[in-house]
Amino acid sequence: MEKKLAVYLCSGCGIGEAIRVDSLAKLASGELKAPICRTSGQLCGPEGAAQLQRDIAEEGVNCLVLAACSPRVSWPAFSFDPRRIVSERVNLREQVAWSHEPRPREGEQLDEDIQALAEDQLRMGIARARLMETAEPSVEGRDKRVLVLGGGVTGLSAALNVAAAGYEAVLVEREEQLGGFARRLHLGYPRSAPYTELAPSPIAALVEETESCPRIEIHRSATIQSISGAPGMFKARILRQGKTVEEGAGAIILAAGFEPYDPRGLEELGYGRLSAVVTSVAFEELAARGELARPSDGGPLGSVAFIQCAGSRDERHLAYCSSICCMNSLKQALYVRERYPDAKIYIIYKDMRTPGQYEHFYQRAQEDEGIFFAQGEVRAVGQCEDGRALVELDSVLHRERIGLAADLVVLATGMVPRTALGEGPGADGSEGPSKGEPAPATANLPSDIVRSGTLNLDYRQGPELPSLKYGFPDSHFICFPYESRRTGIFAAGSVRQPMDMAACMRDARGAALKAIQCVEMVSEGKALHPRSGDLASPKLFMQRCTQCKRCTEECPFGMYDDDGRGNPVPNPTRCRRCGICMGSCPERIISFEDFSVAMVGAMIKAIEVPEEETLRILVFACENDAYPALDMVGLRRGRYNPFVRIVPLRCIGSLNLVWIADALSKGIDGILLLGCKHGEDYQCHFIQGSALANERLGKIKETLDRLMLEPERVRIEQVEIDDCDRIPAILDGFLETIEAIGPNPYKGV
Amino acid sequence: MKEGEPRGSGPEERRTLLVVGGGMAGITAAVEAAEAGCTVHLVEREAYLGGRAVRHGQYFPKLCPPTCGMEINFKRIKNNPRIHVHTMAEVTEVREAKGAYEVEIGLRPRYVSSSCTACGRCAQVCRTEIPNPFDYGMGRIKAAHLPHEMAFPMRYVLSPELVGTEDGAACQAACEQGAIDLEMTPEKVRVSCSSIIVATGWKPYDPARLEQTCFGSTKNLITNVMMERLLAPGGPTRGKILRPSDGREARSVAFCQCMGSRDERHLKYCSGVCCMASLKQAHLLEERLPDCEIHIFYIDLRAYGTYEELLAKVRSSGRIKLTRGKVGKITEDPLSGEVTLEAEDLARGAISRLKVDMAVLALGMVPSTRAEGIPGLELDLDADGFLVDGPRVFGAGCVSRPSDVAMTVQDSTGAALAALAAIEAIEAAAQR
Repeated sequence: MEKKLAVYLCSGCGIGEAIRVDSLAKLASGELKAPICRTSGQLCGPEGAAQLQRDIAEEGVNCLVLAACSPRVSWPAFSFDPRRIVSERVNLREQVAWSHEPRPREGEQLDEDIQALAEDQLRMGIARARLMETAEPSVEGRDKRVLVLGGGVTGLSAALNVAAAGYEAVLVEREEQLGGFARRLHLGYPRSAPYTELAPSPIAALVEETESCPRIEIHRSATIQSISGAPGMFKARILRQGKTVEEGAGAIILAAGFEPYDPRGLEELGYGRLSAVVTSVAFEELAARGELARPSDGGPLGSVAFIQCAGSRDERHLAYCSSICCMNSLKQALYVRERYPDAKIYIIYKDMRTPGQYEHFYQRAQEDEGIFFAQGEVRAVGQCEDGRALVELDSVLHRERIGLAADLVVLATGMVPRTALGEGPGADGSEGPSKGEPAPATANLPSDIVRSGTLNLDYRQGPELPSLKYGFPDSHFICFPYESRRTGIFAAGSVRQPMDMAACMRDARGAALKAIQCVEMVSEGKALHPRSGDLASPKLFMQRCTQCKRCTEECPFGMYDDDGRGNPVPNPTRCRRCGICMGSCPERIISFEDFSVAMVGAMIKAIEVPEEETLRILVFACENDAYPALDMVGLRRGRYNPFVRIVPLRCIGSLNLVWIADALSKGIDGILLLGCKHGEDYQCHFIQGSALANERLGKIKETLDRLMLEPERVRIEQVEIDDCDRIPAILDGFLETIEAIGPNPYKGV
Repeated sequence: MKEGEPRGSGPEERRTLLVVGGGMAGITAAVEAAEAGCTVHLVEREAYLGGRAVRHGQYFPKLCPPTCGMEINFKRIKNNPRIHVHTMAEVTEVREAKGAYEVEIGLRPRYVSSSCTACGRCAQVCRTEIPNPFDYGMGRIKAAHLPHEMAFPMRYVLSPELVGTEDGAACQAACEQGAIDLEMTPEKVRVSCSSIIVATGWKPYDPARLEQTCFGSTKNLITNVMMERLLAPGGPTRGKILRPSDGREARSVAFCQCMGSRDERHLKYCSGVCCMASLKQAHLLEERLPDCEIHIFYIDLRAYGTYEELLAKVRSSGRIKLTRGKVGKITEDPLSGEVTLEAEDLARGAISRLKVDMAVLALGMVPSTRAEGIPGLELDLDADGFLVDGPRVFGAGCVSRPSDVAMTVQDSTGAALAALAAIEAIEAAAQR
């Protein structure tokens, strides 16, 4: 692209009072050779904005450097079509004028250190803009069908929602009949106001509607042999009655559901030892068949005890709460009460969890004179002399151990996501754990991937969605619950979190939206969340690739496949444009039109490093969290030292170590990385970026040793977006550390 | 839809959606629908987006700041020309005509135009102060102010008190951008759309109705939403837990669960989020105040799903005393400012009395739809006041059921799908 550069300098909002904008202009048009350089008292105002448009139309300007406020504000005036225009914002307001000493009194000199900061930030912006290219969207995937895996409540709801919005769905169910676990239910608990009555399970209606929907293609008794491709162009090989059929899709909804927790570990609660002890699943099936009766002799049930949290909320079994069991036991209690009006029900619980309007159902059960609630911890389940089961518990109300005799004991067992379970031998013939057993991660897979046989992805990084904990797929489960680490594959329903049918149906609706959004955006070459709409795409200069495999291993989204010889094979529609692969590549062969190792390298090169003892600190800041926090310091007119030079990165994980080597060898005294929290409660929007940056930094010691520099010169700090109170102390504290070590000996070399 | 066939060939209005409420639910519904191809008018009553969620200190269970996810969503809004944001706006009338909704949106005067650059000069000269509504009236703010530091849109607002005053004129004179206009009058905008997402959120249950707590006269008795502001780094105390009566750091704090919820006389339902909110607040207190004594009085601790982890963390530290029993009477020692709670302690089978520096009422969640409707739009409400979806009117978030942030996002994404499906149905009918 033939570029015509224009530099615009704003003096408004206090910029002109903190720095000499005219000398910046001289710098731009003189030393930095910008063909056009204009100053404005308010660049974002109507006149300024009109000037920009005029220069684009009349002067052929297509490369704009806007030195004014933070890129986080004034976007309406400063947004351009990235396919035609490249633009770079230089933050003179929040991060220069507002965060350093205000205007000196008349007659006093302006602070030269602040002027030098502004000059460097301008040099850096221009250097980057010179290398930026207009976006060339990669439009590869145009398939708009949605593949839904699982034909239970979630899968059926997802497919129906996809269809209702006008798109086609392909549904794959491993069993002969649709309906999944819900088919085994007798009745459902209330799903709408007044939330007091048992309701028929919605499954029959969902199955019927799905089967008659012309937009849904159904594969029954079918499993996924493999899935290859990428958003907009997935290819699924489906094994159906011994035959393989192939279906294309643009996005995938994983609705693999759950398995009831294996009760074999619950012997202490009598399971397997006493015939009067059954699981809630077995109880449900008895109810569905109309066979609720005393196990000993088939007589009427006189008393039933429900033991809540059987295997849930228990470190030895499932550490989490399975969410549905309290409501489910209340429902099952009503089954007994309806069938045997004289029966007594005991519900033994730790906390009754009937959140929201489900409380009405709990209230109804509390009003039922045959249902007794006993809060406490079950200590033993044994047998009475008359053959009934005896549940011994430490009762909170009685403040002592009590015994409850019951004809039947129901263990309210929890839910395990199917993705946490092994599926027998893997697709590649390797031995997996036997079906239904919790599957430990195998040696050849990353620790967070369980070979569950649900997706069988032909992905370099393994066949399934990486899990965060307990086998639930990794996601930003608060702000962006549908986020997954495999672009275009959205988990929904009880595979994602323990949830009941009503919640599954709602979850399926959301997943359907995300799938549709995915196929639409991918068809236009746009990135998905969090850089929604980004039109740039990764470019690889393969001639220089050394097959080190770092990119293929480190991409949090599994973007790269491997050609078998160690060469990365990019799948651009899987790419989220975080640049983490760019940071990982020692040969620097990966770049985006608007972000590359060379661009940041040029920014670093553009920093003027004085030969005298004045220090220079390079700060890499995560664009989403650290950078806004730095802006907030300015907004509050906080103060930090003017020796820092800030380079925003779209993720701190895009940091390439060569930048650190470049910076140190040109005499920069210290380098500070401001990234997001990593670890279990990570805050990185690209999941692993900040963890990877931290890991890479561990390797920097080698470089520092080679240069004979102190390790303290490079530091990483975890900051949050609302950390603006801490930031000045971090920046100034780091400066103090560097002052104590002394200047970089490479200065002026 | 067949592969490659362009969507949305019908008139623009059919693909236009109105989202009422710009909190977490409304933002999510708007962004998700727009990225799936809809045009969206997002109407927010306040001067900023983010609703109640943006006023939280940290989200449970990750204890992360709300503005982090908001920043991403605001970026998505900035980059998407299909989203039209109306702040200080309310729907004043909806008329249904020929299968479409004609909507009138009333805009209150902000007295600051879009040329505002958030430079802050008006606030510098402004001398009038008002109780800060963002902090639920705790702390004061200039009458010319940025609603909060991460506000979106990043634009100042002048409160009506300044109109016709010298102070107002001074603000106007200080503005270099000429963005202040104290003669601004209410305006109206008209849009048409094919479906409506109601995302007007919730209000805490009115503590004045909990007479036994003497809320209002007991200075060191605050609500759970106020506690969020005290815990927020950008809040009135910059994240310090100071007693309202004397500004001293709290040495003991008690949380009273189910204040209004699960109560025949108040809200019959459970508000679903207060247990987790209090566990989170208590956990943050134990992290920040190593010597503070912390109590939670509860009926059941409802930390469902993987939220159990936070409860397990709280239990394992052992610093927070969890007492099963509901707080009844609350009294104040007028001299020391201490708060005395009376609660039944089920484990001991006795009434326990506890004196603390500060107490927090975990107030229940009341859907906004219970008290206010949308003029001209018939909303189908259940007995608790929650919205029941209609064929072209959908609830998102807490208007539909008590929801935490994650559930709200899930539900609002689904509401966007419902809107998409409604559009499809209309388009299919139009083609017939």
